[in-house]
Amino acid sequence: MDINDLRSITTVLMLALFAGIVWWAYSAKSKAAFEEAGRLPLDDDELDVIQREQRGAGHQDK
Amino acid sequence: MQSQATYNYKVVRQFAVMTVIWGIVGMLVGVIIAAQLVWPQLNLFEFLGYGRLRPLHTNAVIFAFGGCALFATSYYSVQRTCHTTLFLPGLAAFTFWAWQLIILLAALSLPLGFTTGKEYAELEWPIDILITVVWVSYAIVFFGTIGTRKTPHIYVSNWFFGAMIIAVALLHLVNSAEIPVLAAGILTPRSFSAYAGVQDAMVQWWYGHNAVGFFLTAGFLGMMYYFVPKQAGRPVYSYRLSVVHFWALIFTYMWAGPHHLHYTALPDWAQSLGMIFSLILLAPSWGGMINGIMTLSGAWHKLRDDPVLKFLITSLSFYGMSTFEGPMMSVKTVNALSHYTDWTVGHVHSGALGWVAMVSIGALYYLLPRLFGKTEMWSTRLINVHFWLATLGTVLYIAALWISGVMQGLMWRATNADGTLTYSFVESVKASYPFWTIRVVGGLLFLTGMLIMAFNMFKTIGAGKAIDAPVVAPAHAH
Repeated sequence: MDINDLRSITTVLMLALFAGIVWWAYSAKSKAAFEEAGRLPLDDDELDVIQREQRGAGHQDK
Repeated sequence: MQSQATYNYKVVRQFAVMTVIWGIVGMLVGVIIAAQLVWPQLNLFEFLGYGRLRPLHTNAVIFAFGGCALFATSYYSVQRTCHTTLFLPGLAAFTFWAWQLIILLAALSLPLGFTTGKEYAELEWPIDILITVVWVSYAIVFFGTIGTRKTPHIYVSNWFFGAMIIAVALLHLVNSAEIPVLAAGILTPRSFSAYAGVQDAMVQWWYGHNAVGFFLTAGFLGMMYYFVPKQAGRPVYSYRLSVVHFWALIFTYMWAGPHHLHYTALPDWAQSLGMIFSLILLAPSWGGMINGIMTLSGAWHKLRDDPVLKFLITSLSFYGMSTFEGPMMSVKTVNALSHYTDWTVGHVHSGALGWVAMVSIGALYYLLPRLFGKTEMWSTRLINVHFWLATLGTVLYIAALWISGVMQGLMWRATNADGTLTYSFVESVKASYPFWTIRVVGGLLFLTGMLIMAFNMFKTIGAGKAIDAPVVAPAHAH
């Protein structure tokens, strides 16, 4: 087998792998898990909660 | 809260403060070399001439300012999203001090004329070895923290930061492969690249473009995916899009480097390959930009009175602009006009000032009060002033260089009926002066904004005190 066949196969496999990742990311099965993951950075910080309440109460910048 | 353990904010504080300091230094050197182009008599001494200061400017803004920003934000967000303190705090402290030492060595060796001549990789071999040691330590601290995380999932910002760390290690090791001239000594180092000819050029621009792709893009996208949702107070627009965004970027960026070598001795097929992959890159880039900006969907009013959010969202707009411009410039026919002109420099600064600096500044304005026990910066009004100075400065800079770049390209290719060149090179230099002057003004505005930021930062530090927040238990454990 020529090395160029190997290169072609790798390219096609990589493209298929990427298509697989897209399919996996958008499959109905992973929807809930990804939405939960998206919330990870939020609400881990007491300061964030306080600040959000202040903003909600019409807090003005100085 | 079950434990009294605290997050390691000390190293984050150190890197955050130094980001502002090195930002001012790097941008000041940028303003100086921009002024040297307009007023050549400013090239005072051999070691303060344009040729010595230009690599100092690029290294300072990319690796000192950008590098410290990446260290600070990645160390902060990896702890918070993993709900654990930094792995091996002693090693984390080492990365800070050793990175500062590297910056100082660069600031000494580049003006003194020690250089490998490779763009963005000018530092000589002893410093290259030190960079490798620090980078491996950084990887151990970062991935060790992820390994000891308390959450089942690894948040997307950590994927981007992690990819940045791995890719930069690979790029640095391959491109900096060099044969040292040991007879020259370690204090006056000298070396030769391990590669020769067009291979050397290709390795260099594989490195150069991926320094942009991974250091200046993937790393700062990691920053974006953490700080935009935090400041907006809402989760990222589509987490699934962020997964596709990540892998699309990883699969394509590595192949775009040859567009720096259009119409050179590099084989034509390699040039075309670089162009095609650069065009494909538009899709993931805009996917990421849309994901970031749409995070504000339904809450656009927040942009009106939150200058930190203004910085973050404007940075994404500049990211979108420059990642549209980049693929267009990689088209060979467009490149025939743009290459070697100011257009390239303008494009770089659209990304560097508009995207990289603004997203870092926004992230720092979020971070600084939290690191010093405050709810907000000393003055929100000054953040707003900084925002407008930075935006106006960036627009002036890139608009001036668009005009001079296209003008230079058109003048260089203009021919008379008999086939001779219409203009000499020096005529294009003369015609560029007004635009170079506007560039100095734009750069000065941006630098002034950074000085205001430093003032605001020291006032915030003075009014607060350094605190390390307690480690928060992950949400599902409540």
